[in-house]
Amino acid sequence: MKLNVAAKFIPTVEQSTIFRAKHLGVGRVIALKKRLIDGVTNVAVTLAQSTSQPKPKRRAAAALAIGLLLATGLLLVIMTLSINFGATDVAPSTVWASLFNYDATSTQHLIIRTLRMPRVLVAAIVGAILALAGAIMQGLTRNPLADAGLLGIESGAALGVVLAITFFEIKTLNLYSIFAFAGAAVTAVLVYSLGSLGRGGPTPLKLTLAGAMITAFCSSFTSAILILNQQTLDEVRLWLAGTVAGRDLGLIADSLPYVVVGTVLALSLGRSLTAMSLGEDVARGLGQRTGWVKVIAAIAVVLLAGSAVALAGPIGFLGLLVPHIMRFIVGIDYRWLLPYCAIGGALLLVVADIIGRVIVRPMEIPVGVVTALLGGPMFIYLVRWRVQR
Amino acid sequence: MKTFPWITVRPKHARFSLRIDRRLPKVGLIVGLLVLVIMIVNMGVGEYEISPFDVVKTLLGMETGDPQHVLIVRTLRLPRMLLSALVGLALGTSGALLQGLTRNPLADPSIMGINTGAGLVAVVLTILVRNFPARWIPVAAFAGALVAAGLMYVLAWRKGGDSPMRLILIGVGLSAVGSAVTTLVITIGNIYDVQRAMIWLTGSVYGRSWVDFWAFAPWVAIAVPLAWFQARQLNSLHLGEDVALGLGVNVGRQRAWILFVAVALAGASVAVAGVISFVGLIAPHVARRLVGTDHTGLVPTAGMLGALLLVASDWIGRTIAAPNEIPCGLVTAVIGVPFFLTMLYQHAKTK
Repeated sequence: MKLNVAAKFIPTVEQSTIFRAKHLGVGRVIALKKRLIDGVTNVAVTLAQSTSQPKPKRRAAAALAIGLLLATGLLLVIMTLSINFGATDVAPSTVWASLFNYDATSTQHLIIRTLRMPRVLVAAIVGAILALAGAIMQGLTRNPLADAGLLGIESGAALGVVLAITFFEIKTLNLYSIFAFAGAAVTAVLVYSLGSLGRGGPTPLKLTLAGAMITAFCSSFTSAILILNQQTLDEVRLWLAGTVAGRDLGLIADSLPYVVVGTVLALSLGRSLTAMSLGEDVARGLGQRTGWVKVIAAIAVVLLAGSAVALAGPIGFLGLLVPHIMRFIVGIDYRWLLPYCAIGGALLLVVADIIGRVIVRPMEIPVGVVTALLGGPMFIYLVRWRVQR
Repeated sequence: MKTFPWITVRPKHARFSLRIDRRLPKVGLIVGLLVLVIMIVNMGVGEYEISPFDVVKTLLGMETGDPQHVLIVRTLRLPRMLLSALVGLALGTSGALLQGLTRNPLADPSIMGINTGAGLVAVVLTILVRNFPARWIPVAAFAGALVAAGLMYVLAWRKGGDSPMRLILIGVGLSAVGSAVTTLVITIGNIYDVQRAMIWLTGSVYGRSWVDFWAFAPWVAIAVPLAWFQARQLNSLHLGEDVALGLGVNVGRQRAWILFVAVALAGASVAVAGVISFVGLIAPHVARRLVGTDHTGLVPTAGMLGALLLVASDWIGRTIAAPNEIPCGLVTAVIGVPFFLTMLYQHAKTK
């Protein structure tokens, strides 16, 4: 009986210690981790010897699975609500009717099908993949401050789009996405290699600063182009703020392959990322082929962050915020953390979109601004309490 | 006899002593001459071409045979050139102080939220409060920079003192929030106002007059010497907090004071010339190559190099796409980043 109680507590102790350890300096982290791993292994070995029943663990898994299902249900409800809100409020029953037996003569059905449904779908997809990308980056680099926006990937995508509009006279949203993709990929590689220079490999500080530098570079280039070209400025300024308004189903269909591949790759990384988040040496010791894990994770991040920017423009802080919230709920097991992040991210972005639409009716605040205003204080809070030196 | 790398100034009756790096006078002289030459060449180019000799003659008050030269050189172009040199000086000095303070080679006013604070205020005033007098925008921008820096310091401070790492990361966070709000204002504003604000956000010394120069000069005249006097405190701080405490430095107060000087310089520059990035980042790095890591030599040299960089950028921006003009803030970013990357790469290789 006593042993069962102990078994329940072990994950929480382990989680919080590792979580705290991740925010200390590198040297201390390694020392702490070694101690921690020794401790945990010892306890685990004793436990395994004394209790042959794996019951508590299964129960935890069952609870997590139920939680995930509930969260998915909540997401669906909120997505329906989001479709209801708008210039003309539509009853939930009409929403379902428009989905399952579409009436081409009804204006309300038309509004739902062409305007509101794509919008909420984009919000959900973008939220999910940005949070996934953020979680992967945080796990891989063991950097609690990693995020596609902070690491400069989104500013690179923005520069790509602005260049496309100015020099190739591209007008359609669907073609923007290719350039957004290219920009995101180039900057992701650049920031990571820049942040890994010098001693100690990619530390949080170096990566964040490399990201900030690349952001500064890309955004001054972007604004220079926009200064010289008023028409481009007018076309692109709303896109630059990050918004999910005015997307059609075709755009979603275009980016779906990347989204699916990226998500599958990301979810398949769960086990490896859990090991990697303990440190590269430990991961190698546990039998991970760290080189491959890194390559796959990098591909997943570029696919996910790239298609997120292609769909909705640069949306900051979501990838930072969601993994941290989810870590409080599910702990550091990436096999659970990743799906939770996907659902949580979708939920957060759909809600942020509703907030942006409701708060200053009839005007709209772009959802990218809403997330930055929610996430910025969270980032500062994290730095304030987690960064010791 | 062994030559020491320092020149020591220690007056018998005065209560101070100075130690200057031996390389400083030579480097300072060369950089200063370069700044002068580029300024003179730059004053000659433009819509109305004037030969460098005529520029010098006009500056010295001699006749050149063209009565327009006096107006063009003295009233139109000279204040702009002097201003760009001073802005560069201020930014370079500020960058050297911030890098020394945070002990981080990537610190820079544009990364640490100071520029964003100023930029946000200016954009809001330009776009939302449409008939806000343009004269007061610099003052408001300066206030914005101060508020941002103050906020950064307060948020990074907690029981047990401040920490350079928190300072810099909170700066990055504030900067991101600030730019989100800036973006919001840009999406809703009138397109003409937005474009005006964008020029300011890139940083330019276009069309600055003697009025602007005299508004800015006092800041430099007061804060730059202050920065030079802080240099030796920076040396102790640079050794680490514990060592600095052991050497008798009041670490908390000294840090706050240096931060204040750095912010005053950066804020005043943003107010007068807009958001010019990378000068504060690059100048100290080059200075470190030239005179070493001692801050008594580093801070002045970084200032001089900042002036050189900005004057050269302004010259490039004026000539490269003539008759169009590229804002010098953009030129600094375009030459700054590749330069910085190669430098980091070499640095990593030698390690």
